[in-house]
Amino acid sequence: MKTTDNSGDVRLSGISKTYGSFTAVHPLDLTVPQGSFFALLGASGCGKTTTLRMIAGLEEPTSGTVHLGDQDVTALPPYKRPVNTVFQSYALFPHLDIFENVAFGLRRRGIKSVKKQVEEMLELVQLGEQARKKPHQLSGGQQQRVAVARALINHPKVLLLDEPLGALDLKLRRQMQLELKRIQTEVGITFVHVTHDQEEAMTMADTVAVMNAGRVEQLGSPADLYENPQTTFVANFLGTSNLIETEVDTKSGDDIVLKAGGGKLLLPSERCAAPATAGGRVLIGVRPEKISITHADDAGTITEGRNRITGKIADASFIGVSTQYVIDTPVCDEFAVYAQNVERDGRLVPGADVVLHWNPAHTFGLDAAQDIDAGIEEEAV
Amino acid sequence: MATLTEAPPPLTPTAAETKPPRRRGRLTPYLLLLPGLLWLFVFFALPMIYQASTSVQTGSLEEGYKVTWHFATYWNALSEYWPQFLRSLAYAASATVLCLLLGYPLAYLIAFRAGRWKNLVMILVIAPFFTSFLIRTLAWKTILADGGPVVGALNSLHVLDVTSWLGWTSGDRVLATPLAVVCGLTYNFLPFMILPLYTSLERIDGRLHEAAGDLYAKPWTTFRKVTFPLSMPGVVSGTLLTFIPASGDYVNAELLGSTDTRMIGNVIQTQFLRILDYPTAAALSFILMAGILIMVTVYIRRSGTEDLV
Repeated sequence: MKTTDNSGDVRLSGISKTYGSFTAVHPLDLTVPQGSFFALLGASGCGKTTTLRMIAGLEEPTSGTVHLGDQDVTALPPYKRPVNTVFQSYALFPHLDIFENVAFGLRRRGIKSVKKQVEEMLELVQLGEQARKKPHQLSGGQQQRVAVARALINHPKVLLLDEPLGALDLKLRRQMQLELKRIQTEVGITFVHVTHDQEEAMTMADTVAVMNAGRVEQLGSPADLYENPQTTFVANFLGTSNLIETEVDTKSGDDIVLKAGGGKLLLPSERCAAPATAGGRVLIGVRPEKISITHADDAGTITEGRNRITGKIADASFIGVSTQYVIDTPVCDEFAVYAQNVERDGRLVPGADVVLHWNPAHTFGLDAAQDIDAGIEEEAV
Repeated sequence: MATLTEAPPPLTPTAAETKPPRRRGRLTPYLLLLPGLLWLFVFFALPMIYQASTSVQTGSLEEGYKVTWHFATYWNALSEYWPQFLRSLAYAASATVLCLLLGYPLAYLIAFRAGRWKNLVMILVIAPFFTSFLIRTLAWKTILADGGPVVGALNSLHVLDVTSWLGWTSGDRVLATPLAVVCGLTYNFLPFMILPLYTSLERIDGRLHEAAGDLYAKPWTTFRKVTFPLSMPGVVSGTLLTFIPASGDYVNAELLGSTDTRMIGNVIQTQFLRILDYPTAAALSFILMAGILIMVTVYIRRSGTEDLV
């Protein structure tokens, strides 16, 4: 049944928004299938909220159309669209109690007997006891749940969430992430979630669109984005990546052989997002947790066929589960390595000479024409 | 290692060091209050006590007045001047309603639509205060003058026929009629309505409007269910700031009205300054004050804005 019903699809065709000479969103095509949990991820000012507001009808697109299912809603004002929004900082009506806040949408549509529905909805978000309190008497997490209940009670085709967890502290945010995910699975409504928190996007969403400067950089499942970033922005914004500039040497079988800092590194051809011609330049990346670290004295024990880089430990921080090393290497002076604290080698202290090595299959290749540092500052949240 | 597990104790200042500043700190609020309290005592409490005692005196100007606890003055004043009391309240109420009708749309525009013109419009609202209250009221004498363009226009539009029928104007005249007095009051107190309205409208989070629209409220419904209720503190303080001074006002009735439009302020003024019947004037002032206090209390209770203010 879910597969044939497409009334909750969100289809954006060539949608864009400009303010004077500033382009907030470049023409964008995007389809969010019915029933999915979709996240728009990006730093502030990347156009993600503008995109969301265009779906809600709070912002008029400069060009393009918005479809919900088969219905073109581009020209409809917000109060005629079958979508509801959970606003950043919630925008609860301060003069109404929780019950009336939740009942607001139902009453506006002329539904007289709202009591049963409101009570059920308040049960769903576990706020039955607070019905007669005013919003300011509730904690941030409770207000957030009221905002969700107030939107969900209308059974929208699509629920839009604009940084809904931004105002909560870390622990509560984790809890609410699971809660929202549970609610979404329960009601089966399409959720479009805007966030700047990459961890939040990856935990909750089925599909993530990474936005940067008004464009979608890459779209895919969280694991796909993390393992196969297509641009340096995605590689740096989602988690941490070690990026190395290399020169293409030869191709051998399914692998590309690359020269970097006097050594040779292997990159599987199918993981290279850029054309690789001999003598050309390619950026390669590897995630810090994929790398093993071995003291230089034991270099002989490393299995053949692994990518290797030598360096010196610049810094080591013990964080319990793992130790995070910063290694000074000839190819990159701040090479990040996360090592699980299974058996700690006492010799791995700052100043020690080490060899970094990893399975070549964990290497990804990117177009070297890009800014190698794109998306680094924005990630600091 | 064991030595490191214990944090060093915080530095404890000696008692002699901490005491004097703390005592001074405790007194500071009262010291800061003192000038204001003194001012209030000399210019508010003392005159009030003096007026209260005047209102229960008997005597004459030649023989001097003595406190005889003659409360009958209150009853006499009320029974003689109740029409002026009622008229004052009616004029003040009409002016307040007019101010609200004129001021609310303007305050709304300034708060939500004026954009970069906001400050300019605000200055325009306050600008009349740069000229004297009297001059401004006299100007209305010219505006509403017999045979002037305003009266001429109203006349040819047959508006005056309607207002005359209602008893607000008489014949071809606007000046020296209730309408003129109410217009003057409305004009003079309009800024006192606009400013608090603007302040409370401006405080409303714009996202609440978006949220209401998102929850299927049409623009007008959004206004009725969200904007207006949230602006109630401004409506209440605006109406109070207009109604209270308007009901005690005598300048508008004096300059724009006639003997038939005398308000209680005019009566008090005449009693004090022309007839020199101080006890009656004082008693009238207290009756007016008590009446306003009672009405304001009931109004604030009923509008239920305590938890919004």
